[in-house]
Amino acid sequence: MVSVKRLVLDILKPHQPNALEFSCTLAKVGDDYHVSLTVIEVDENTETIQVVIEGNNINFEAIQSAINDMSGSLHSIDVVEVQSEADKE
Amino acid sequence: MKPLNQIRFLLRITRTHGIVRRYFVVNGFDGALTMLGLIMGFVLSSSADLSVIITACLGAAIALGVSGVSSAYVSEQAELRRALGELEDAMIADLHDSAHGEATRWVPLLIALVNGTAPLIISLLIISPLWLSKAGISLFISPLYAAIIIAFLLIFLLGVFLGRVSGISWLRSGFQTLLIALATVLLIYLFAGG
Repeated sequence: MVSVKRLVLDILKPHQPNALEFSCTLAKVGDDYHVSLTVIEVDENTETIQVVIEGNNINFEAIQSAINDMSGSLHSIDVVEVQSEADKE
Repeated sequence: MKPLNQIRFLLRITRTHGIVRRYFVVNGFDGALTMLGLIMGFVLSSSADLSVIITACLGAAIALGVSGVSSAYVSEQAELRRALGELEDAMIADLHDSAHGEATRWVPLLIALVNGTAPLIISLLIISPLWLSKAGISLFISPLYAAIIIAFLLIFLLGVFLGRVSGISWLRSGFQTLLIALATVLLIYLFAGG
């Protein structure tokens, strides 16, 4: 089994919900998620953000669903860190 | 998310907090002044039966409520759909199932309810002395004058609410709206009193 430990996502989102609300909602997807959000670019109606999510076993589908629910659009997965069970031993 | 938090969230992402507040005051004021005008008309004509006055006021109150709900729903739905379309163009994505899509479906309904219920509730409060009198409960003054006093009080309170929203003196704002009500009464007296 492989667990996702860290993701860096490039996302386009509307101004609302704001960065704080957006990152809090993503953090609530898992029990131990640590979320760091950086606003890269601000346009008239949208902003491009970079989100770093760290956790023991990140559920990517749930993260993607939360992004879509908040009207965000996942542009790319820029960094991934995964770990297999064998690596742990 | 709890329903109240969900409503706050949808209002926040569509930035419609201020619109709801504005509709509440604007249409509430409409309702209060309409009832004040009707009752002043009955005071000056001084011959109508209480049940006739109640029916006329209730008819106007219901019409104000229905007008408030329908006009706000149609206009806000159009505005929010346009805003969603612009956002979808900027995002190059279909946002129908997102929070903004949900807000476009629910926020017009919420605004319409506020816009419709504000004049309806205020009107019903103003005509409550007429009902009490018709039910046989004796008031210290004539039910029409009691209704006028309640109308003035509610108009003052709407001014107080506006004062608190804008951060200016609530007393000054309350007296400003009260002055408008007094001017209305004076105009009715001048044009219908003779």
